[in-house]
Amino acid sequence: MTSVSRRDVLRAAVATGAASLFGLPLSTLAAAARGGVVVIGSTNKPRHLNPAVQSGIATMFPGVQIFAPLLTVDGNWKAHPYLAERWSISDDARSVTLQLRKDARFHDGRPVTSADVQFSIETVRDNHPFKSMLAPVNAITTPDAHTAIVRLAEPHPALELVLTTSLLPIIPKHIYGDGQPVPTHPRNSTDVIGSGPFRVVEFKPGEHVILERFKDFFLPGKPQLERIIIREYKDTASLLLALERGEIDVHPGLTEPRDIERAKKIPGVNVVPNTGPAIGRLVWLAFNTANPKLADKRVRQAINYAIDKHFIINTLFGGVHLRSTGPIAAGSPFYSKEVEAYELDLDKARQLLDAAGLRPGANGVRLALTVDAIPGASDQRAIQEYLKPALAKIGIDVSVRQSPDFPIWSRRISNQDFELTLDSVWNWGDPVIGVHRTWLTANIRKGVIWSNTQSYSNPRVDELLAAAGQERDAARRKALYREFQEIVVDDVPVAFLHEVNLYLGYGKRIAEPVDNIWGLVGPLDEFGLKQG
Amino acid sequence: MSLFLLLAKRLAYALLLIAAVQAMNFTLIRAAPGDPAEVIAGEMGGADEAVMAQIRATYGLDQPVPLQYARYIVHSLTGDLGTSYLYSRPVVDLILERLGPTVLLVATALLLAMVIGTLLGVAASRRPDSAASGVITVLSLVGYAMPVFWTGILLVLLFGKVLPILPIAGMRDVRIYGDGWVVMLDVLHHLVLPALTLSLVYLAQYSRLARASMLEVLGTDYIRTARAKGLPESSVVYKHALRNALMPVVTVAGLQFGNLISGAVLVETVFSWPGLGTLALDAILGRDYPTVLGVLTCSAALVIVANLLTDLAYRWLDPRLRGRR
Repeated sequence: MTSVSRRDVLRAAVATGAASLFGLPLSTLAAAARGGVVVIGSTNKPRHLNPAVQSGIATMFPGVQIFAPLLTVDGNWKAHPYLAERWSISDDARSVTLQLRKDARFHDGRPVTSADVQFSIETVRDNHPFKSMLAPVNAITTPDAHTAIVRLAEPHPALELVLTTSLLPIIPKHIYGDGQPVPTHPRNSTDVIGSGPFRVVEFKPGEHVILERFKDFFLPGKPQLERIIIREYKDTASLLLALERGEIDVHPGLTEPRDIERAKKIPGVNVVPNTGPAIGRLVWLAFNTANPKLADKRVRQAINYAIDKHFIINTLFGGVHLRSTGPIAAGSPFYSKEVEAYELDLDKARQLLDAAGLRPGANGVRLALTVDAIPGASDQRAIQEYLKPALAKIGIDVSVRQSPDFPIWSRRISNQDFELTLDSVWNWGDPVIGVHRTWLTANIRKGVIWSNTQSYSNPRVDELLAAAGQERDAARRKALYREFQEIVVDDVPVAFLHEVNLYLGYGKRIAEPVDNIWGLVGPLDEFGLKQG
Repeated sequence: MSLFLLLAKRLAYALLLIAAVQAMNFTLIRAAPGDPAEVIAGEMGGADEAVMAQIRATYGLDQPVPLQYARYIVHSLTGDLGTSYLYSRPVVDLILERLGPTVLLVATALLLAMVIGTLLGVAASRRPDSAASGVITVLSLVGYAMPVFWTGILLVLLFGKVLPILPIAGMRDVRIYGDGWVVMLDVLHHLVLPALTLSLVYLAQYSRLARASMLEVLGTDYIRTARAKGLPESSVVYKHALRNALMPVVTVAGLQFGNLISGAVLVETVFSWPGLGTLALDAILGRDYPTVLGVLTCSAALVIVANLLTDLAYRWLDPRLRGRR
């Protein structure tokens, strides 16, 4: 308690200091500046603000406030109307009709029409790195100004979820349709015009994005906040310090156990786990299956049996993260837990290595391997160090290789210049968006990070994924994905370790924390402050 | 030499120097492994060959390097430093946005260091054997020995949690908007720690330098003459002695301006000060070639301007130089 009271005294001292510094009563300043303003801290630096041509949290997070998606989704994966007030799927599942709201406007006052929807879907299909999410879209027709019909080459059940996210923002055709390539369009970062609940007041790359309530937003009474400010911090340590100092109201993602404990101790701050489960941030140990040392599935299985996932989660990460057992995150409706769990079993691991013909040499070593990790990710560094003693127990000598920065790691992994690497690959909601890419034979692409860099190839997996991507019946689709998960877990192109559990830290004066599967990557138009 | 000739000669040197800086840095940054398209793809959460090829084509990265260099030189002659890969904005805009904060930081630090450093040095020189002089000397040594980022981190620790009266990150409180002067005071409030940190090393150096140089000057004949004339001591010290004793301080300050800018990179990083240093750091990590080159060119220009100002300061301090060299 003494520390709290000391802090309060200091806060008071700060207040008086600041008041005298600014030469005016602090109360007037506070009233003017803090009415309905929420500051969200972030360590992700957006390149620009147009999520139609840029994936990643950094751009999507402000992007979804600026550009409205067609639908939204609640915490139970159910879609709701947003920019589209109705939508229907034809009986053959080859066309989706979207009825737009008639009162929606862009921030420059121009109406949002079906031509903008057509333009946006085409732009995303042709430019967004996640090719699979709109690949079956053949054409978009616009019978009238507020109706758009999406024509599909094949049934595409993932489409509904794609429509709910900032993966498919509706961007103004009258700005981006001027013939310049959209990925490098100057209006992605200057004078950005969207259709969402907030408009851009100021964007300073590397500093902050200031968003202000759009007065003509199509949902009456929304958004509640006057301003949302996203302020960038250089690392997680300074972000947490900012939460402690009250500089920010929202910490979007606490992941380190010690940080979570510290945040829970801050008076006036709530900390809640499991935000944005649809994103599914899996962390795994990837094998280069094209490397002769690792081509035998028994060797990979042996390594998997020698890794104690409970030790990683409970001891290294203080029990904050979630167990990951397969390629689909546990929060997804398609998750199957009927797979081999690879609980720690050193005897089994040794037997598998014996069977694979890897006998211990004179010094007890059966095999020497190098393990990489994404630089700067402290959690991966810890696992990297753990693997050395853990695999030594089954006679595998692990050397740890560091990459000085991301581009160098990315180059090594995407060019198959590695043996083992820790990696973090995200689900992004529907398996078609973020899961398929890692396992399809067709997606073994040199030089492309987060493709099938494991060089994993199994014809049955290819078949299953192709079928599941088109299966309309949810139960049948789930069955296809169940078999897929079984096979991939058995083949061990990667050893699944854990799913990052993202804790949201927010000031208690905020009334409504987020309730949607995307977490803060969904529109924050219901985010508000408590009365009084 | 007339002022005009001096300026013309300096300008010619400056252009040569900047061309050399550009050529060297162009080669160096490309020697670092890693491809900008891969970084952008990484930030995008992965991209296929078509997107990567498109990125390379947009930024001219698919062209041979000598051609890229030639293009860069031609464009930079027209004041176009290219488009940032990372932020997809003109580099000139990014630099102009960040130049102000860096100049503010460096100028404040330099001013603090020179004024306080000189005053401390003068104070120490007047009673070289006193306890106060000893304290100043020891503090100077400590200040000189502490690396600037270390001082910065210590100050962040102190003012971050123990004594939270000063902001430790950024240049503005994003919640404060409105009148210009409120924002200005807010910026000054944020400037305190970074400027103090950056100035400490130099403050220490200048105080030692001023002390030594004052001791030397105070022993000369013309000071004895001034005292013999019955001038008040303050006039002897500040008017007669200080002006001459300042020469070494100005020389060192001018020479060290480059160091000051590299120090600013560290200080900006520690305090998240939105200047050229943080821009350069992000650009290097992101293999954002045009931005790195642009920032380096701009820093070279800054150093050249500073050296020119040093020369002009000499001429002001020592009238004998006005007609010579």
